[in-house]
Amino acid sequence: MSEATGTARVKRGMAEMLKGGVIMDVVNAEQAKIAEDAGACAVMALERVPADIRAQGGVARMSDPDMIEKIQAAVSIPVMAKVRIGHFVEAQIIQSLGVDYIDESEVLTPTDYENHVDKWKFTVPFVCGATNLGEALRRINEGAAMIRSKGEAGTGDVSNAMTHMRKIGGEIRRLTAMREDELYVAAKEMQAPYALVKEVAETGKLPVVLFTAGGIATPADAALMMQMGADGVFIGSGIFKSGNPAQRAAACVKATTFFDDPKVLAEVSRGLGDAMVGINVSDIPAPHRLAERGW
Amino acid sequence: MKIGVLALQGDFREHIVAATLAGHSASAIRRESELNEVDALILPGGESTTIALLAKSYNLFQPIRKRIKEGLPVYGSCAGMILLADRIVDGAQGQETFGGIDMTVRRNAFGRQVESFEGEITFNSKLVNGVFIRAPWVESVGKDVQVLSEAAGHPVAVRQGSLLATSFHPELTGDLSIHQYFFDEICR
Repeated sequence: MSEATGTARVKRGMAEMLKGGVIMDVVNAEQAKIAEDAGACAVMALERVPADIRAQGGVARMSDPDMIEKIQAAVSIPVMAKVRIGHFVEAQIIQSLGVDYIDESEVLTPTDYENHVDKWKFTVPFVCGATNLGEALRRINEGAAMIRSKGEAGTGDVSNAMTHMRKIGGEIRRLTAMREDELYVAAKEMQAPYALVKEVAETGKLPVVLFTAGGIATPADAALMMQMGADGVFIGSGIFKSGNPAQRAAACVKATTFFDDPKVLAEVSRGLGDAMVGINVSDIPAPHRLAERGW
Repeated sequence: MKIGVLALQGDFREHIVAATLAGHSASAIRRESELNEVDALILPGGESTTIALLAKSYNLFQPIRKRIKEGLPVYGSCAGMILLADRIVDGAQGQETFGGIDMTVRRNAFGRQVESFEGEITFNSKLVNGVFIRAPWVESVGKDVQVLSEAAGHPVAVRQGSLLATSFHPELTGDLSIHQYFFDEICR
């Protein structure tokens, strides 16, 4: 039998398996174990959660391979890791570790202010952030096999995630209502490849799985994003910056599955202790907003 | 025929689409009451630890086991294969399965995502495109288990009575032949 690794179907298919699930940021093996036991469908291994990156400042880079390997050894679920936007050598290193998905992430300090990584060159699949449909399609054109709306990471404020999900969903719905001869200009205006614009107009959805990230801190936030049409959620600082991570993690997993059942949502929202304190996105000066990184 | 697809986590929508295209009515199952109304069940791909945990939390574990024992036709792909195995290797600590097929399944046997692949395999003497994603394989089977496909020297599609399991994901290919086999040969 002839076997092909790293095909678009195999890369995008991996994201299909994560749907309806919660991907949790973890900084060590203990947290990874807690996430797995709570029902996370994958973990994101990184040295500092976004809230700490934001608080401590400095240049944020890929994680130490030792730390990533410890997390791989601790859990049986998929392990993801972040690289800086455009840092294709960090991506080569992370791929060599056998990580299951790479997040080319605006949460780390960007390396290239014009180009993203050419993701077609890799066997490992990539997820990238997007704030609107044009950005999502540019990333897919570069080989991203999964998209996440960016939100504003490390805030515990879900408002930007909401904005980005409404924007992406709204732009998809707008395309589906257009005449075919109007799609050329639509592609020009959203600075996206015509072929992908046409595909979205015909199918009414992105060609890859769409998760939500950035500011999700409660089961209600997770369910809100699912009701907005997300295929699943990333929770970064929201779990391990809260009072009771294990219980909150399990509650967010249940809320993501039963996102349309208010009774279940009420049940899992009880007695969770303190949510992460967070910051309002509107209090963050524009140059410090992570969502604006990426082009 | 009413097909239920366990919709706790994973690619359940793709199985619903496949069952619908094959001419059956298909719906998402998340509760015991919904389970009771279906003639056959599909366990989708996804994360087997997550699916098992949610099935436990929402009291689906025993009802699914009971219906499997009563002869409900069930098809599981990838994570679904793990959930149908009587025994698993390389599971998470304490990971449980519904069971039903007398086999030992090794989780993530083909390796991590960089080793995930697609390729032609023979299923029931027909060529199909097998999409293997962090896929399990079958280590050993009991005498009542029929092996329908092999890859890398291991069974990757098996049948025991009304239960069917594949390591690979026909729901991602648009090829309905595995689903058709389940509906036509097993569910009838």
